[in-house]
Amino acid sequence: MTAVDDRPTTSDEIGRSRLRKEDQRLITGRTKWTDNIILPGMLHLAFARSPYANATITSIDIEAAKAAPGVVAVYTGKDLQDTMGTLICAYTITPDQVAPPHPPLAIDRVSFAGEAVAVVVARSYKEARDAADLLDVDYSLLPVVLDMEAAVAEGADLVHPELGTNISAHFVFDSAAAGTGGDVDASIAAAREDGVVIERTLRQQRLVPAFMEPRSVVVDPTGEQITMWSATQIPHILRFVLAATTGVPETKIRVIAPDVGGGFGGKLQTTPEEFVTFAVARKLGKPIKATETRTESIIASHHGRDQIQKLTLAAKKDGTVTGLKVELLADMGSHLALIGGGVPFLGTFMFNSIYKFESYRFDLTTVFTNKAWTDAYRGAGRPEATFGIERMMDELAVELGREPMELRQQNWITHPEFPFTTVCGMTYDSGNYEAATAKAMAMLDYEGLRREQAERRERKDPIQLGIGISTFTEMCGLAPSRVLGAIGAGAGGWEHASIRMLATGKVEVVTGTTPHGQGHETAWSQIVADKLGVAFEDVEVLHGDTQISSKGYDTYGSRSLVVGGIAVVKAAEKVVEKARVIAAHLLEASADDLEFADGRFTVKGTDQGMAMGEVAMAAFLGHNLPDGVESTLDSDATFDPEDFSFPHGTHLCATEVDTETGLVKIRKYVCVDDIGNVVNPLIVEGQVHGGLAQGIAQALYEEAVYDEQGTLTTATFVDYLVPGAPDLPFFDTDRTTTPSTTNPLGVKGVGEAGCIASTPAVVNSVLDAVRQFGVKDIEMPMTPLRVWKAIQGASSVGGEVEAASASPHWEQPVQSGGIQTASSDTRSDATDGSQA
Amino acid sequence: MTRITVTVDGVSYSDDVEPRTLLVHYLRETLGKTGTVVGCDTSSCGACTVHLDGDSVKSCAVLAVQADGSSVTTIEGLAQDGVLHPMQQAFHENHGLQCGYCTPGMIMSACALLKDNPDPSDREIREGIEGNLCRCTGYQNIVKSISAAAKASSSTPAGVA
Repeated sequence: MTAVDDRPTTSDEIGRSRLRKEDQRLITGRTKWTDNIILPGMLHLAFARSPYANATITSIDIEAAKAAPGVVAVYTGKDLQDTMGTLICAYTITPDQVAPPHPPLAIDRVSFAGEAVAVVVARSYKEARDAADLLDVDYSLLPVVLDMEAAVAEGADLVHPELGTNISAHFVFDSAAAGTGGDVDASIAAAREDGVVIERTLRQQRLVPAFMEPRSVVVDPTGEQITMWSATQIPHILRFVLAATTGVPETKIRVIAPDVGGGFGGKLQTTPEEFVTFAVARKLGKPIKATETRTESIIASHHGRDQIQKLTLAAKKDGTVTGLKVELLADMGSHLALIGGGVPFLGTFMFNSIYKFESYRFDLTTVFTNKAWTDAYRGAGRPEATFGIERMMDELAVELGREPMELRQQNWITHPEFPFTTVCGMTYDSGNYEAATAKAMAMLDYEGLRREQAERRERKDPIQLGIGISTFTEMCGLAPSRVLGAIGAGAGGWEHASIRMLATGKVEVVTGTTPHGQGHETAWSQIVADKLGVAFEDVEVLHGDTQISSKGYDTYGSRSLVVGGIAVVKAAEKVVEKARVIAAHLLEASADDLEFADGRFTVKGTDQGMAMGEVAMAAFLGHNLPDGVESTLDSDATFDPEDFSFPHGTHLCATEVDTETGLVKIRKYVCVDDIGNVVNPLIVEGQVHGGLAQGIAQALYEEAVYDEQGTLTTATFVDYLVPGAPDLPFFDTDRTTTPSTTNPLGVKGVGEAGCIASTPAVVNSVLDAVRQFGVKDIEMPMTPLRVWKAIQGASSVGGEVEAASASPHWEQPVQSGGIQTASSDTRSDATDGSQA
Repeated sequence: MTRITVTVDGVSYSDDVEPRTLLVHYLRETLGKTGTVVGCDTSSCGACTVHLDGDSVKSCAVLAVQADGSSVTTIEGLAQDGVLHPMQQAFHENHGLQCGYCTPGMIMSACALLKDNPDPSDREIREGIEGNLCRCTGYQNIVKSISAAAKASSSTPAGVA
């Protein structure tokens, strides 16, 4: 160390709550959203969309639209079919999976209401929109298929007659066949004989990702490369799919994701709008913009969830679980989207969760219906699985009259048992469910609230208290490439990073991840500051432009830090090794005698040394380098994880249910997540908050509702109830830290945790409050109407109530009139009320 | 076309606009004030919130011609001489934003909230920003930001609004 050390203290960047670098532009309006882009001579697109869910297009009269003011061109699917490429599904979950062709613009048939059938190009958006309304499209209507169970029945009407079936794929994982466990039917038979069998059918409703920035795409074909700006999570994948399906060489396509306003999986898609805009720009040789309205975003972007889960759990009389059988119907909508059946497929590895089942069977049927296609939404397959198993553990506890946390504890993998290979063959590297649970129970005052719950029951208080548990795990770090290959994905799962050491001592980090709110610019700077000993402020993180970041698999599946962050670490290690050779030469020492710490190489046992910046300058000048050494420290690294990571946590929710109105109020929400080591606690906490909000919203507020014609009736933010600030509680969050052993930072991933864990905690809580009235189930979202009806139904038939959720929401009898006024929160009633 | 004269972020503009032009489209497309964004079609999300003669409005629910003769402040006019407004500073310091798309509207609404109620409770803050949707933060750090800005402003005579 020198006597005067004015270098920044950098060794503690990882783990520090750095304020975000991204904020300055975002809080001052100095942002680059795709819709902000204006280019010389730019034209605008407006889409004409089918109002019908299943129909043949018999004719499209474009003359009036073509003659409208400002209109440059009008195209139908037939006009563009040779140039617009095709939308693909990257996941083949079974070798015989079937899928219809997926043209970006419908050619002769539409199969959901909202599918684009033609596009108008005009000098302004207003002119394009006005003209699109003049298009005269004739349709011949076909029967609509909306209900999954009806869709898979014998003789069902078909979404795609040419396929001859509404089933896309039927996938089975069986632990006996796989050699990872026993025979589930044997476990169930044994439990019927001398144990307990729980059978439930649960519903995961359809949701809309509802990112705040509507999707927008701009294509400029006027340079050597065709440049596409898009509000996307996946610029690299988008570029590949455009090249692969349009025939335009990949070298001639540049995709840029500028500032992107949220995604949550909703922008993990290659969209019809992107492909049509690309085709029209090439055809006209002009820059083109297409920005969707919110209603277009809700009806024609992909949706999430939408499963019917038939679950059978076998246990011994003492509460030890033995077998779990999962039979899923998963609604794909009209086509297979980019991940498609890959979303529910992820449930294969997750339904058994943290519990030590002996046998397991996962039976998935993916089904076409005349609705918008489904794909990833925050958690993608894992929230659905977590909901299923956490509901079932509560059902088992009720059946046996056991305390639900104690029953879980009896069955979960205990801390000394890690690493633990589960019944589906996954190896959980680390975890400590006991620690997270103990902390969460103390934070909630679990015992105190149980006492209060008993008192309220005793005195028949109109406000009843419920306590809900979700002890969850998930799999992050999607994904080891060889695993993806083995499970039929048409993609790898590695991630790439480059570090450029500039002559002025500044550092550019190029990442293949594509943040859209996650704060990678800040977190990656912290990692590099630590690893290279440079100042946090001196690191610039570049991303989201395929000409700058040439390689990457983008951002989704809580993979960015666990895979992309590790690539950054590996690249930094290479920089240090390159610098070590040059520093040794300049210090006239052996490379083996150099130590590197706090950004400085020192010769062991001496006061000789030089800073990383000095080595970077020496490399830049190239005046005095060892023979055969290149004059650069810049380094690339690609990291492919060996295995997934498995964050876990304990979420506890206390709700107050007004039994007279059905209104649910979250009294207290506590969660303790174990996501391994943390780079930036501030960002982590924010990720957990946002995930909780979305998971709670699934439990209480949100649902995409189709009417019997297949029209989405929740196509605005007036009807689709993204919660506002008054609808959500304060979240009491904390962490335990059990580092992952499968990556050098010991990190696990956090982006989806809150969303995966929270939904069953809330639902279990509400049910815990009202089971005393004979209620067995309430379908999500648990609106005041549904809760009230469940309580009323239960009491009117003496406790033997049919689950209030037995019929889909849109088939429920309409009785909402009196209920709306009974609630102080009209927002949460509107979904039901809209049918009145 | 109708001639309007509007002062936006301290600069006076005169333009001919189609009568159906919304204020938000005038700001974004005619003036290039793209800091103000559009998030929905139903005046539900509040992403486009600006101040019109000192009051917060959703600029998708105001026609440009209605702003004739008025003064508009957008997110781009909030910082003065390169110094962040206390509300902007509070959002930064309390991690009150993630993707940042709702942030301009949220900050403008928050300023108006504190103008009406300089010392709001957390519940009053939540109710005060009910017209602004955020999908990233779960609102917790937004509430914290606004509360922090209120406390900061109570120690400065000028206030934050």
